[in-house]
Amino acid sequence: MSMFGQVYVSNGKYRLKGDFHHMTPNIPIRNAEDGWKLMGVTNPRSMTYIHTYGGEAPFFEALGKGKLLGTRCDNEGCEYKGSVYQPFRIHCPDCLGRNTIIDMTATAKKTAKVHTFMVCERSGAFNILDKPIKFINIEFEGVDTILMSYLSLGDPEIGMKVVPIFRKQNPTYTILDLSWVPEGTPEKDLPENFGF
Amino acid sequence: MIKFSQQQLKVPKLMRPVYLVTAGQSKFDRAIPEKRTEELCVDAFTMASGMLNISAAELKSHIHSCYYGHFADHFGDQLLGEAVIHDRLGLDPLGNIGVKTGGATGGSTLWEAVKAVASGYSDCVLAMGWERMDEVPTDEGNFLISCAADKDWESPLGHIYTGYYAVMAQRYWQIFGKAEESFRRTLAEISVKNHGYARMNPFAQSPMSITVEDVLKSPVVAYPLRALDCCLMSVGAACAIICDEETAVKLCKDAPHKPLRIWVAAGSHTLRPADRRNMEIPLLPNEKPDQYKNLGREFPGGERYPGFSGFLGARMAAWYGYRMAGVTDPTEDLDLLELHDAFTISDVQTYEDIGVRPYGYGRDYVESGDCYHTNPKTGKPGKLPSNISGGLIGCMHAVGATGIMQTFEVATHIWNRWAEIHGDEKRWKEFNRKKPADWKDLQVKGARRGMAISHAGVGSHVTSTILMDPDHLIKKEM
Ligand SMILES: [Zn+2]
Repeated sequence: MSMFGQVYVSNGKYRLKGDFHHMTPNIPIRNAEDGWKLMGVTNPRSMTYIHTYGGEAPFFEALGKGKLLGTRCDNEGCEYKGSVYQPFRIHCPDCLGRNTIIDMTATAKKTAKVHTFMVCERSGAFNILDKPIKFINIEFEGVDTILMSYLSLGDPEIGMKVVPIFRKQNPTYTILDLSWVPEGTPEKDLPENFGF
Repeated sequence: MIKFSQQQLKVPKLMRPVYLVTAGQSKFDRAIPEKRTEELCVDAFTMASGMLNISAAELKSHIHSCYYGHFADHFGDQLLGEAVIHDRLGLDPLGNIGVKTGGATGGSTLWEAVKAVASGYSDCVLAMGWERMDEVPTDEGNFLISCAADKDWESPLGHIYTGYYAVMAQRYWQIFGKAEESFRRTLAEISVKNHGYARMNPFAQSPMSITVEDVLKSPVVAYPLRALDCCLMSVGAACAIICDEETAVKLCKDAPHKPLRIWVAAGSHTLRPADRRNMEIPLLPNEKPDQYKNLGREFPGGERYPGFSGFLGARMAAWYGYRMAGVTDPTEDLDLLELHDAFTISDVQTYEDIGVRPYGYGRDYVESGDCYHTNPKTGKPGKLPSNISGGLIGCMHAVGATGIMQTFEVATHIWNRWAEIHGDEKRWKEFNRKKPADWKDLQVKGARRGMAISHAGVGSHVTSTILMDPDHLIKKEM
C-alpha cells in the first residue's frame, strides 16, 4: 500500500515522506486502418508538486477558521494609500510596499454582492466541485477589486446579496474552503463541513 | 495601473521600416496523429519559401535569428521544444528564443520578430508558431488550459478555463447586450459566418454550413454561451518571414507579390479579472474626450471601466498600434480584420476595444453587415470584413500559431493571392479534404491594409499586427 506524499518544513528545508509518483507502463498506439502499424506511445505519469503559499499562507489558513482576510496599503507615501484588495495581494501594486493584512469577514457578511456569474456545465480533469459549477464574482463595499469564487446554494444573479461560508471541518487549505450562499440561508442547509 | 505616465504613453517607434515578405502554414486539425510537430513546422516553412518561388534552403540562407511561439509546454511534455524545431529546420547555430503569452503567443512572436529587425539586430528573421493539443484527452486538456489561470485562486474552481472567462461574457451579456434574444442571435450569426467562411479554407478544421438556430440549439457550455460559440482546440503550425527593406526587395525579386509593411504593438491586463481596478477609458484616435460620459446611463452597470466587460489589453494594443502605423479610424483606414474570436461574445467585446464600434455598440458591426465579405443586407462588399479564414471558431486555435495564421490570412488578401492559395485543388487533396462544390472566392477586392488581433485568455496579453501595402501607407513618414 502506497502512502500519499507528505511534506513538512524544518530548518528552512522541505522534508518529504511517502510516494510522490506512481509508475504505469508505456502502451503502443497503433493504426486500426493500416495493419495496426505503430503510430506512437502513451506516456503515463502522476506527480505531486510541492507548492508554497508564501505571503498568502495566512489567507488560506484563515479560511478554515471562518475568516476572510484581505490586505490594505498603509504606506504614507503611496498615492493609493488605503486601497483594499480582495483577492489578497501581498504587495501594493502601486508602491510595492508590503500591505497590511486585515480581517474583512464582517465587511463580506454585510456587503457582498454578485458582480457577475457563470453557470458552467463542464469541468476539467481533477475537478472536485459538483456540476454545474456556479462561478460568482463578488464585489464588496470599500474594496477595490472583485473576488472570484463559487456559489454553493441557489441560482446566481447580478446584484444578489451573498454571504461567505467556510469549510471549517476538514479544510482543504485551498480556495475551495471559501464558498458563498444567498443571504438568509439557514445554517442547517449548508453543504457538509461548511459553516458561517 | 490606474493612471499612465507620459513615458508609458510614448508612441512606439521602429527604427527602420519592417516588412513581411512571406508566410506559410500547415493543415490544422483537432488531432494529427500522422505527423510530429516538426513535420508541421517544415510544412509551414516550405510553403513560405514556395510563396516566393525560392527553395527552402535559399530562404534559410537569409535568416539571421529566430522567434518561436509555443504556449503550452505541458501539453507536449517537452521543455525547450523550440530547440527541437530549430534543429529540425536546420537553423543551428543561429540565435533563437521561445515566446509564450497564452492565446496571444503568435502575435507576441511577431512582436519580437519585428523589433529584432527594426532595431537592426537582424535583417531577416523567422517567426514560427505551433501548438499541439492532441497529446492528452480533452478533460485533461481542459485541466492543462486552466493552469493558465491563477493556480491558487482560480484553477481549483473546476479546472475549467471557460468558467473564469465566461463570467466576463455574462456581465457583457447582461449590461451591454441587455440579455436580449436579438443580441443572442447576433452572437450566433458570428459563429454561422465563421464556420461558413471556414468551408472555403482548405487549412480550416471546422467548416460547417449551419444556421443561427443550429447555434442556439447546440449544448450549453456556460449560459448564454453554447458549444458553437466557442473556439476550437487544434494542432498546427504557421510562420512568417520578417525583413528590412533591402532584404525584402531581394527576396521578392521573383515572387508574385510585394513585401508588406508590418507593425506590431502589445497591451496587457491582469491575469485574474478579479484584480482589475477602475480607470478612465484610454481613447483611440477616432474617439472624443466626452464620448463615454453617459455610458453608465445608457447601459446601467456599464460605468466601471474596464470592469468585467472590456479588454483593456486589447484597447492598449490598438492605442499603441494605431498611432504607430498612422491609423485614425480602423473602419475607414483598414480593409479587413482577423480577430481573436475565442467566443462569439469576446469577438463583440473586441470590436469595441479596438474602436471598430464605440463601447456598448459592438453588436452593430455584425448587425450592419459590415463584418461580412459580402454584406448580406446590401449584397455589396462588407465595409470591414473580419475572420474570412474562419477565425478561431471555424479555422483553428493552435495557440502558438494562431496570431501568425491570422497575419498570413490578412496578407493573402493584400497580395491578391487569396483565391490562388485557398482554391488550389492540389492543396485540398493533400489535406484529405473535399473542396465544396459551391466554393467561393472570398478575396477582399482591392485590400491594401489589414489588422490581426492576437489575444490571451481573459486579456492578459493582446497584440495588434497591422499590415499595409507599402504603396498605400496612411502617412508617408510611417
Ligand atoms: Zn501602495
